[in-house]
Amino acid sequence: MSEDLTSPLGSMVYDPAPESASVAHLRSSYGLFLDGKFTDPESHASFETLNPATEVPLARVAQASIDDVGRAVASSRQAYEKVWSKTTGAERAKYLYRIARLIQERSRELAVVETLDNGKAIRESRDIDIPLAAAHFFYYAGWADKLDYAGFGPNPKPLGVAGQIIPWNFPLLMAAWKLAPALATGNTCVLKPAETTPLTALVLAEILQQAELPPGVVNIVTGDGSVGAALVDHPDVDKIAFTGSTEVGRVIQQSVAVSHKHLTLELGGKGANIVFEDAPVDEMIEGIIDGIFFNQGHVCCAGSRLLVQESIADEVLRRLVRRVDQLRVGDPMDKNTDVGAINSAAQLARIEELTQYGETEGATRYTSSCVLPDKGYWFAPTIFADVSQSHRIAREEIFGPVLSVLTFRTPEEAVAKANNSNYGLACGVWSEKGSRTLWVAQRLRAGVIWANTYNRFDPTSPFGGVRESGFGREGGRHGLEAYLDV
Amino acid sequence: MSDRLDVRKTYKLLVNGAFPRSESGRSYEVLSASGEFLANVAQGSRKDLRDAVVAARGAQAKWWSQTAYNRGQVIYRLAEMAESRRDELTEHVGLAEGLKGKSAQQSVERAIDRMVWYAGWTDKIAQILGSSNPVAGPFFNFSVPVPSGVVAVLSVQDSSLEGFVDAVLAPICVGNAVVAVASERRPTPAVLLGEMTATADFPGGVLNIVTGFTGELAPTLASHEDVDGIDLTGVDEPFADELAALAAGSIKRVLRPSEPQNPLRRLRAFVETSTVWHTIGQ
Amino acid sequence: MSQVSIAPLRLVTADERGVHVPAQASRPVVESETQLRALLGGLSGVDAVGVDARAAKLATRSLKKSTKLAALDLAISMVDLTTLEGSDTLGKVTSLCAKARRPDPSDSDVPSAAAVCVYPDLVAHARHVLHGSSVKVASVATAFPSGRASMNVKLLDVHDAVEAGADEIDMVIDRGAYLSGRLGQVFDEVVAVKAACGAAHLKVILETAELATYDNVRRASWIAMLGGADFIKTSTGKAGVSATLPNALVMLEAVRDFAEMYGELVGVKVAGGIRTSKDALRYLVLVNETVGASWLTPDRFRFGASSLLNDLLMQRRKQRTGAYVRPDEFSSD
Repeated sequence: MSEDLTSPLGSMVYDPAPESASVAHLRSSYGLFLDGKFTDPESHASFETLNPATEVPLARVAQASIDDVGRAVASSRQAYEKVWSKTTGAERAKYLYRIARLIQERSRELAVVETLDNGKAIRESRDIDIPLAAAHFFYYAGWADKLDYAGFGPNPKPLGVAGQIIPWNFPLLMAAWKLAPALATGNTCVLKPAETTPLTALVLAEILQQAELPPGVVNIVTGDGSVGAALVDHPDVDKIAFTGSTEVGRVIQQSVAVSHKHLTLELGGKGANIVFEDAPVDEMIEGIIDGIFFNQGHVCCAGSRLLVQESIADEVLRRLVRRVDQLRVGDPMDKNTDVGAINSAAQLARIEELTQYGETEGATRYTSSCVLPDKGYWFAPTIFADVSQSHRIAREEIFGPVLSVLTFRTPEEAVAKANNSNYGLACGVWSEKGSRTLWVAQRLRAGVIWANTYNRFDPTSPFGGVRESGFGREGGRHGLEAYLDV
Repeated sequence: MSDRLDVRKTYKLLVNGAFPRSESGRSYEVLSASGEFLANVAQGSRKDLRDAVVAARGAQAKWWSQTAYNRGQVIYRLAEMAESRRDELTEHVGLAEGLKGKSAQQSVERAIDRMVWYAGWTDKIAQILGSSNPVAGPFFNFSVPVPSGVVAVLSVQDSSLEGFVDAVLAPICVGNAVVAVASERRPTPAVLLGEMTATADFPGGVLNIVTGFTGELAPTLASHEDVDGIDLTGVDEPFADELAALAAGSIKRVLRPSEPQNPLRRLRAFVETSTVWHTIGQ
Repeated sequence: MSQVSIAPLRLVTADERGVHVPAQASRPVVESETQLRALLGGLSGVDAVGVDARAAKLATRSLKKSTKLAALDLAISMVDLTTLEGSDTLGKVTSLCAKARRPDPSDSDVPSAAAVCVYPDLVAHARHVLHGSSVKVASVATAFPSGRASMNVKLLDVHDAVEAGADEIDMVIDRGAYLSGRLGQVFDEVVAVKAACGAAHLKVILETAELATYDNVRRASWIAMLGGADFIKTSTGKAGVSATLPNALVMLEAVRDFAEMYGELVGVKVAGGIRTSKDALRYLVLVNETVGASWLTPDRFRFGASSLLNDLLMQRRKQRTGAYVRPDEFSSD
């Protein structure tokens, strides 16, 4: 058998395997969620939320005004003073367990809504986003009646009313990351979902109703950036928790410098995925791909820089290029899709702009030959090789499916290059040698370090960054601290 | 009132996820607190205990290999089952302990809340009992709590449900498998709980319940070399001393009635600390 | 969706997306255990968690409609219909062969199975019954399943099967030799058996359950391929856990890398424990996305199975008519 044969990987055609959108039961419009009910905003203002894969509107959603935010904060304050602060930990736990169970029961519906509103592949919503959201509620439910053992001294107290502003990349999961620990520790919440992805938070509101959570314990105010700003500025909010860009994080931090609110921030990153020559090859290739193309690269902890040991750089690049072209890009509702749509026109424009710099600065570009749909916001997975530390695409967060490949010679150089950033959220280390992995991990300035894996999340595992990637941790026992007066 | 005859329940053992009668064929009369006949309950034998220990050993490795999240879900589901059969449990606790309606109900509610409490520990105990240790050298050193293995429980005699729940769920939630001898005079609530584990997705063998006479059964468990730990809180002091001496033969971990019964003590009692060193270097 | 571009987009080409097989086959000549170990030493390790995760993710692929129909037919054509029991008789082999030839008596469109797989002393009879059909006769040999016999006995076993007319020989590697580090011996046995096969194709069974780790599966795959295997096979089906998706994934990756290095395309057979169409289709997805469509043929991929065939027929019937039929609709041979 000696044929000059290249058999393209993944070329067997898969017929469309669409998930059904009718599972979603979307309403045509949603009000704000105040005092346990859906209510119209005072101004009756609303806006459309679109499906970024098709640009088709999904529903109308309320635009909250500053006064609406005031109503929400007052409601959460009332609920805190009169009800929630008098609810025992054991009872708070049972509400959270109910919510976790309801998320599990309605998981298929939630996965479909998430994919329609966000653009991410249904396989990811179904297998990662929704199960992790339920798990987060389960985990923190279990802390509600054990706070005496959490290592913060006896009988630690909550902060009061928490204002929580979440991003569009993992809408329901980010809501879970915020609400679960806050409620478990006895706070009440005003949640502000991202402008382009409000829907799963609103379905969650229905779940809170089914769980019979006392009215006002969680209020949800939808709208644009002004709603978040109103929340940050409101004097009766005790705590702000924000996940989003470093740019906005700075503004918020400046604001609370004057108002003295408690603050935790989870911001951007430029994660370095460090590959040593003794890395397990096939799993490493998957790990790099997963690190940057999972969730279309809309991940703060994405492994957007590959630091590969120079001795294996050519071979790794060859395998990566082969693998990237195998990614199935397209209809997020198709169960076989690997990479979905970019969340918005604005984000797409940002990705395209930054990617231009890659070319003009002289990096070598490889773009997947996938066929992109006509409608919707799409970006073909792209790899830039021959990138140096001084290139913009090595320093700035693109937040899209674009990988920058750099090389290193020694472990020390790998560490130096990885740390050569104002960010410090996550890194990956690939090697079969445990001692070296631990040596590198010890020296990396990052809040999360993945060894021989990437993008793994668990409610028990604290997540967060150092330096300009933010402060505070979500997940684990450490995640309680953000919501306790300790 | 109808003349309908009710179908009475047979109270059997729980071994390896199944409900057999005692291999000895014996049973004994259980009376309510006020002296009325309640049921003929299986009178377990040494051989039943032997089978239960084998079942527990067989199940324990698999139970520990499940994720902590999974174990928490299973125990939470037990609480769901107990909640749905709250009235039945209330009736039995009331009859067994001589409690009036409201007290019996409150006891059951406390027991169910206790189950929920334990369900939430499975994925947190390692964060309380474990640590990374800053040794004076280039090593990554960490300690994790691992379950002792098979734990024998001699249930408290008086608290037919609350006490039983504490005694069996604490070792189970940290990853052990349990062979429990139920309260001798008040076994029925424990038997009911055993039935509920079958619908709560408990893997067979994780909880085994043998009813019968504690005095007859306890020495077998205390001296059984394939049992790693024993909870003696259900027996009075002189007998506990005797059993503790038997247990010493295989260096079992022993939980004594004289020790303070704070909640974390129960969680720590049947847990081992495993410490790992790993070099750090290029 | 247009963009201003300084240079034309450099798209990945079909060439870069494939498995690059050099035109000249160049399996190296291995002359010593030292040399063998040097070759094997260059192989990278396998991260078990990563392998399991990749296999699990690929198992979520959903094959529908025409893809599913085509895959079911393909799977049927890849079956080595197997009987390896002490109680096998000529009668049993006769029915097996009839079924392999014509799996669904009521539908002549159903492809034949690739082969039957029997013990050496039943090869001649199978050959006779299958005269004129495309179904091959595969024989286990080398003291299957344990491999615990002298080299002489094992080679004689092969010789008998070949003389009786076997088209394919499924040998077992010596796991005892492997696990005690005598890798050169494992290699030499493959070479010797390959020589004894003559024109017959050689499948080398690794017995992944006994090798225990993915690192061992990778290394044993390479030893077999360097020794001249035409196919590497997961299991005998007689010991512990048989074929698993992760093991198959490791073997397919080895096959892919071997093809790129030495220009030889070695096939993979998964055997034992594959009972449902769902399982079978998952393996086909694995092949597709690991080594590519060139391996999606009975010449390079096989299922060693018995009850799988009826489930494939049942699913095939359901896809076409919309209804599930009773198991008795198909022969139970």
